[in-house]
Amino acid sequence: MKQEQTTSEIDTTTVFGSKELGMRGFAALIKTLDSTNKTNVKVQALTDYFLAASNKDKVWTIAILSHRRPPRPVNTTLLREWASELANIPLWLFEESYHIVGDLAETIALIVPSSKTSTEKTLTQFLEEMIALKKKSDDDKKTYLFENWKVLDYYERFVFTKLITGGFRIGVSQKLMTRALAKATEIDEDILAYKLMGNWDPNTITFQELIIEENESDYLSKPYPFYLAYAIEGEPEDLGDVSLWSAEHKWDGIRSQVILRNDELFVWSRGEELVTDKYPEFNQFKTTIPNGTVIDGEILPYIDGQIGTFNDLQTRIGRKTVSKALLKKVPVVLKAYDILEWEGNDIRNKPFTERRAILEKLYQKTDNLNIPFHLSETMHFSSWEEVAKERERSREMFSEGLMLKRKDSPYLVGRKKGDWWKWKVDPLTIDAVLTYAMRGHGRRSNLFTDYTFALWNENDEGEKELVTFAKAYSGLTDAEFRKVDAWIKRNTLERFGPVRSVTPHHVFEIAFEGIALSKRHKSGVATRFPRILRWRKDKSIHEANSLDDLKSMIP
Amino acid sequence: MKKPLLEFTDKGIYCGAAKVYLDPWKPVDKAIISHGHADHSRWGHEQYITHHRNVPIISHRLGEINVSGREWGESFTVNNVKFSLHPAGHIIGSSQIRVEHKGEVWVFTGDYKTENDGISTPYEPIKCDTFITECTFGLPAFKWTPQQEVFENINQWWTDNQAEGKTSILFGYSLGKAQRLLKYLDTDIGKIYTHGAIENMTQVLRPLVDFPETTLITKETKKEELLGNIVLAPPSAHGSTWIRKMVPYVTASASGWMTFRGARRRRAIDKGFVLSDHCDWQGLLSSIEATGAEKIICTHGYTEIFSRYLREQGYDARTEETQYGDEEDSTTPEETAPLETQTP
Repeated sequence: MKQEQTTSEIDTTTVFGSKELGMRGFAALIKTLDSTNKTNVKVQALTDYFLAASNKDKVWTIAILSHRRPPRPVNTTLLREWASELANIPLWLFEESYHIVGDLAETIALIVPSSKTSTEKTLTQFLEEMIALKKKSDDDKKTYLFENWKVLDYYERFVFTKLITGGFRIGVSQKLMTRALAKATEIDEDILAYKLMGNWDPNTITFQELIIEENESDYLSKPYPFYLAYAIEGEPEDLGDVSLWSAEHKWDGIRSQVILRNDELFVWSRGEELVTDKYPEFNQFKTTIPNGTVIDGEILPYIDGQIGTFNDLQTRIGRKTVSKALLKKVPVVLKAYDILEWEGNDIRNKPFTERRAILEKLYQKTDNLNIPFHLSETMHFSSWEEVAKERERSREMFSEGLMLKRKDSPYLVGRKKGDWWKWKVDPLTIDAVLTYAMRGHGRRSNLFTDYTFALWNENDEGEKELVTFAKAYSGLTDAEFRKVDAWIKRNTLERFGPVRSVTPHHVFEIAFEGIALSKRHKSGVATRFPRILRWRKDKSIHEANSLDDLKSMIP
Repeated sequence: MKKPLLEFTDKGIYCGAAKVYLDPWKPVDKAIISHGHADHSRWGHEQYITHHRNVPIISHRLGEINVSGREWGESFTVNNVKFSLHPAGHIIGSSQIRVEHKGEVWVFTGDYKTENDGISTPYEPIKCDTFITECTFGLPAFKWTPQQEVFENINQWWTDNQAEGKTSILFGYSLGKAQRLLKYLDTDIGKIYTHGAIENMTQVLRPLVDFPETTLITKETKKEELLGNIVLAPPSAHGSTWIRKMVPYVTASASGWMTFRGARRRRAIDKGFVLSDHCDWQGLLSSIEATGAEKIICTHGYTEIFSRYLREQGYDARTEETQYGDEEDSTTPEETAPLETQTP
């Protein structure tokens, strides 16, 4: 009885207290992480796990939670077919269930026959089996999956399948995992973060090599915590004398810290992820910017002498290695905001204007070297009206709005109020017609909450027709969603699996942050962060905007 | 072509031969009511006919109505059409409605579950030609564990929270789920406190079922006295100031939707227990088989998917749009908010 409870329920004390945690302990860990929203509970569960797991399993856990999984041994088409076969349901019913559940591994774990048994194997054993599985025949793969699906309990089955499918997104950032590992090992978190960077193979490296062994260069890559600003509250006039403030544009790229120490370069993103390898352009800094320098800036796409859109940058973000073609197509630059370390000294406590003077001098020295080092220009105004006017120019400048920084401000740690404020431009908006609706996922799967919106456009025959341009699934209250859902169910034109086309009737105001031409979209336009601003019950569909109206917003 | 015995109209399920509606959603002259949830027993009908155990429930919910109660299996005729009520096992007093006319038998389930919960009269399959069924959880992903196991987990959760000096807050709809939870909470662990909406409904049902003692939370209730005890609250109370005053607390929800990992997280609830008053996938399939019906009509839930599967299994199955399904299990807590009044 007691035994059963430890496997079906999370009981960290019993599971983590046992000598050999194995896969059962790892599944219990994932279940705990998955079933809380509280960061301290997550960190505690991870810490307890790291204190109790075997060294080999620990290395694999670190690898899995830092997205270093072995390649997928079975493709998802086969997984779906075999899971439906074992569950004795038609494939279409599996697909419908998958759509509603929203996660492949979870769907499989739910639909295959349930088992009350559990596994004694270690996490490492499972991963070694999966690595070996890749080269095996389909028959062997199927046998392997069936054997495991039949004996693992629900959560183990889910975790096992998740390891096969990849994509282990369970709300645990690498930072959080590192924090727990630091607690368990009593090694400084930043040093650990550095140790976990780069290329290492969980299949060959030992815990000793990865974590414990001292490394002289540990401190080298250490970034400073980023200073983050809050959005301005109320009117900018409330900030007082405009002459005390420096303004600059808020660039829409990746906030980063570039570190030059000991002839080495490190690039950290704001998520404190080491992204040096993703931006080989910056290798040029090693010979042009002196050692003992740390710069805070924004990585921006810079195409044909012009700042590109976030869409352009997106093509670079996901890649671990960058092809030559892509480097040429979407080159990036560092737009420098601030300097935190100079000649090996931490200068964060100097006033902003003094730091900027150092930064600007450095910039001038490198100006003629043609390196991807740009300066985010500061501006000084004599009235808040002038500042407001500059903010209006943000879209043509390819910025998100303005940053206001007190001239005497130090570089603080984390998100702080008072010295720095962001003053973003208002979102762009357009009135569009609801044309398609899709069921939401999970608990919302009975409600149609994912909508597609269209704008008017003249076709070749000169007739006006609705062209879809964006999808949005947030911005309405639950009461509104319920009303729209009820209306959709009564006004469905056609059904395409989970999607329904509806009578064009309702107009919604859609807000979005940015806009760019796009070949991937039918409308030829891509919008950034589209969301529903409000339901325009006062407007008929003929009062909705046209695609030309939208295109005219492209800067 | 002769008219079907039951038709789906814009007012509800209509028996033309008897001039009577089953669970209508718009006001009608004569309504036979399957059970007391708001989506099945609505306000404004001239005459209500329902099981006598449901009479106190709908009288409490709807105020002064003209209602007559019947026994399980008791036949009554309306304009020569024979009707009878049979246990549906969904909540206390919930019935399937059997309709017989000229040798043809139809059964409408309302909502139902196959597991005996110990407080609702257990579900009985009824032979029929046409079976009108709900399919709220009509997907193979839904498989319930026996309630005894779920209640052991709930009581263990309460014990664990108590050990940490916290108040346990358990969400369940004020009619049905709340009483099922109440029945099986282990009073050796501590005291059971209730939200006003649950307390009122439970008082209505006490003459019918033996429930443990409950204490209504009032303005005078000190949060210190709640520590280590359990509070039963409707889902709509989640996130309210009423709840926030009870810190330190841990929340849980008991619902079939807790099957999905994302459901608990999206609602920002600490713990989810999979416990439903509806049939799971196998429950639906075995019930349908037991009726011997060839024609199946799916009214609410995953109707399209479920009826397609039934057609593949050789049934003559179809979907009809109804306005059912708006009770605790199929809407988010925010959405049920207007149905519940909060006691400050």
